[in-house]
Amino acid sequence: MASAEADGEATRTAARAHAPSGRVVLSAADIDRALTRIAHEILEANKGPEDIVLLGIPRRGYPLAVRLARKLAAADPTVVAEQIVGQLDITMFRDDLSRQPTRSPSPTRLPSQGIDNKVVVLVDDVLYSGRTIRAALDALVDLGRPRIVRLAVLVDRGHRELPIRADHVGKNLPTSAAEKVRVRLTEIDGEGGDPEFTEDHVAIEAPRDEDSTEGEIQ
Amino acid sequence: MKHLLSTRDLTPGDAIRILDTAEEMAAVNDREVRKLPALRGRTVVNLFFEDSTRTRISFEAAAKRLSADVINFAAKGSSVSKGESLKDTAQTLEAIGADAVVIRHSAAGAPHRLAMTDWINAAVVNAGDGTHEHPTQALLDAFTLRRHLSKVAGTPSTGADLAGAHVVIVGDILHSRVARSNVWLLTTLGARVTLVAPPTLLPFGVEQWPCAVSYDLDEALADAPDAVMMLRVQAERMNASYFPSTAEYSRLWGLGDERFARFSEPELKDTVILHPGPMVRGLEISSVAADSDRSQVLRQVANGVSVRMAVLYLLMSAKESTR
Amino acid sequence: MTASNASPEAAPSYLLRGAALYGGERADLLIEAGRIAAVGAIAAPAGARVVDADGLVALPGLVDVHTHLREPGREDAETVETGSRAAALGGYTAVHAMANSNPVADTAGVVEQVHSLGRRAGWVDVRPVGAVTVGLAGEQLAEIGAMADSAARVRMFSDDGMCVHDPVLMRRALEYVKAFDGVVAQHAQEPRLTAGAQMNEGAVSAVLGLPGWPAVAEESIIARDVLLAQHVGSRLHVCHVSTAGSVEIIRWAKSRGINVTAEVTPHHLWLTDELVRSYDPVYKVNPPLRTQDDVEALRTALADGTIDVVGTDHAPHPSEHKECEWAQAAMGMTGLETALSVVQHTMVESGLLDWRAVARAMSEVPAHIGRAGDQGRPLAEGEPANLVLVDPAARWVVNPSVQATKGRNSPFAGRELPGRVVATFFRGHPTVLDGALNEPYPQPAVVTR
Repeated sequence: MASAEADGEATRTAARAHAPSGRVVLSAADIDRALTRIAHEILEANKGPEDIVLLGIPRRGYPLAVRLARKLAAADPTVVAEQIVGQLDITMFRDDLSRQPTRSPSPTRLPSQGIDNKVVVLVDDVLYSGRTIRAALDALVDLGRPRIVRLAVLVDRGHRELPIRADHVGKNLPTSAAEKVRVRLTEIDGEGGDPEFTEDHVAIEAPRDEDSTEGEIQ
Repeated sequence: MKHLLSTRDLTPGDAIRILDTAEEMAAVNDREVRKLPALRGRTVVNLFFEDSTRTRISFEAAAKRLSADVINFAAKGSSVSKGESLKDTAQTLEAIGADAVVIRHSAAGAPHRLAMTDWINAAVVNAGDGTHEHPTQALLDAFTLRRHLSKVAGTPSTGADLAGAHVVIVGDILHSRVARSNVWLLTTLGARVTLVAPPTLLPFGVEQWPCAVSYDLDEALADAPDAVMMLRVQAERMNASYFPSTAEYSRLWGLGDERFARFSEPELKDTVILHPGPMVRGLEISSVAADSDRSQVLRQVANGVSVRMAVLYLLMSAKESTR
Repeated sequence: MTASNASPEAAPSYLLRGAALYGGERADLLIEAGRIAAVGAIAAPAGARVVDADGLVALPGLVDVHTHLREPGREDAETVETGSRAAALGGYTAVHAMANSNPVADTAGVVEQVHSLGRRAGWVDVRPVGAVTVGLAGEQLAEIGAMADSAARVRMFSDDGMCVHDPVLMRRALEYVKAFDGVVAQHAQEPRLTAGAQMNEGAVSAVLGLPGWPAVAEESIIARDVLLAQHVGSRLHVCHVSTAGSVEIIRWAKSRGINVTAEVTPHHLWLTDELVRSYDPVYKVNPPLRTQDDVEALRTALADGTIDVVGTDHAPHPSEHKECEWAQAAMGMTGLETALSVVQHTMVESGLLDWRAVARAMSEVPAHIGRAGDQGRPLAEGEPANLVLVDPAARWVVNPSVQATKGRNSPFAGRELPGRVVATFFRGHPTVLDGALNEPYPQPAVVTR
């Protein structure tokens, strides 16, 4: 797993120099600021770091959870980032398995302290229909019994299909359902990942719809 | 992948994907709630024309841990023993709504027939056909070996192949579906395989297989293999003159106490013993060897459930139209 | 075109216009009263029906030395009627019906029954083969003399399906048939070496885990039998030779002057054991499909005369005996309606045989082996009018469900084959015209029965 150290100031100016396809709505610096704010919100809501476990949902929820854990540790020296972060795979709990090509599951890794009676913060990159989070809640139940479950997402793009809302949101992003929200993070998309990757960003891609005219996209 | 009929059909990528998925399934098997909803509402039929409680319960546990409905169809005492054809049985299962058929049959190729004819649309898993193949056994052997090698090397097993590993398979190769499936799978994963058997128990044409052949077990052990797989020898082979006596077989090709004592030599300190079971103690393997800490037999059984979960999941989770 | 159903005396005459005799010289053939009345450039006589044979090859009617008609006993698989229709469509005017019916053709009664069924059907000469041993059990000689003297005039004796494996019994059989100018047609298969055998023993069987049928099980019996035939001075015919090693032994035997003839099936001239990888029992046959090296050796042997004849080993089975597991499936393939096309594909189009040689291997020599006097005769004036017209330029795709045989077990199903039988004349009567069945040979004798 690549390190998140490369984030931040050094790459701030690169964002528009090599613009990725689509409209960039969050730059690397924006993402970092959003995560810093979410970290503080989590501490605030919990009145301190006690019992907090961050579980990232693969793929891009996990590196975000790791980054958040580091920010918690930075904000509160009693926190050891590695001990409060884990990964929760939800593949087997999806409600669309039979409608999709076969998906290989990813590992689920819990911090050694487990999740019983903990305050579990689920971390994902984009909140959309809410179905992923529904699956994550089911997966969680089979692993233990947290005291509280909260949800932190980098982007909430709306279009919910289930009664689910996020406790912590990096950015609310109104989109049309036809658009795609693309999140790119160094840990996943850097070396060996997306060949066009230059730095962290969130972009909105217009629908690749043959019958829509150029004018409408703008 | 629509069916699992033979390990010959698997690419290295396919095989590693199954083993990696099995790793995640194994993690579930270590949990308190050993159940996943992935195959909820899907039906697995265990169609067993041959008695094999071990394999049947392993598949049954695998299917149930994935929340599939399981129907066990033992051919004995059923309409099949009254002369019903495989075709009619298959069409019955199709009408019942089977999504996957796990078939064990004494006739080589019976799973191919189910898969290749239009009798049934379900995914077909070969759970052992005659003296042809037993792919899930080979997959669980490879899984067990991969975990062992990763442990010794201190590297993660997920994503790894078996490059550089050396496996010796000993016994009745001629009649062994386990040996066939293992030769194809282990070599696909990059391992080197040596078959050791009396010449009478090697198939005609074995020299064209991608492996070495030896008649001398001691010589094969001197090559410091990573694993030695002992195959069951059925006593009835003796009556067909495949070897003169069980005593002679045991002395030349068995893993008796004396031969097992060599496992304490430094070159063999990490060598493990595999056996597909059921073992004939005192013939191909001594109790000391079978019960030693080198024996992976019980791990193989546990891993069998994980591997079969992986196979059922990968074959069944997507509906046919999207597979 | 239709033919009348009148008595033979009033049978119409036919003028076959411009056929290439044996694929060579073009000539007209006039057929009258069951015989070839004239060959050459002929003006159509009044009332003669003219068949345009431009571009067609004329051969003597084909003679199969190896056919399973299944009747009596397995009428669900084939009957004399359906099997001989298939034969006519394949260009045959005579078939030798193997003895493994139920009851076995091991008495004069059974062979006469099959013979009369054949006459009644009227599509080809049905020449029964008598069993060598009672019930094909390989223990006691059947009444060979009674069968030879019966109305069926049996000259070929075979336990086909089973091997006469007892060397003493084989010796006695070879000796005994000499009294009747008979021949023993051996199904060469050492039974102990092939117990439970499912396919050729080789690289493919090793992978498929199917018990092997080793070449040596055929070759050891052939080697023994040619030596026995030499020792007792008798006539031996080797059925369905399938291995390169067998070819070598037969070549050696012929070089020593031993009176042996050998047969190869169309499927062994083309197909190999690679097809068994599908586990589709349509490829299950005895002897089994062998390797490409064997196929090449068999083609060469047929070309150089080491193998004398093509025999179909037409073996129809009901579908349920093939729609099952390989090990449970019956052995055998249909062949009457595809044999000539397969020989054209494997031997003629590869340049190994010309049509003259095809006539020898599929008509003349088979007739001689079976002592079928009126069959396999030259295309010449005064000879019996048993002949076939073939369109070598035609191409067709094998569809078992439209064949005349009851068997759906053609290994060539779905393959495109060259050559089509346009017309078959049996004793001057067209059993096949325009590539379709016409009417059987009219026989007053049948009416009086």
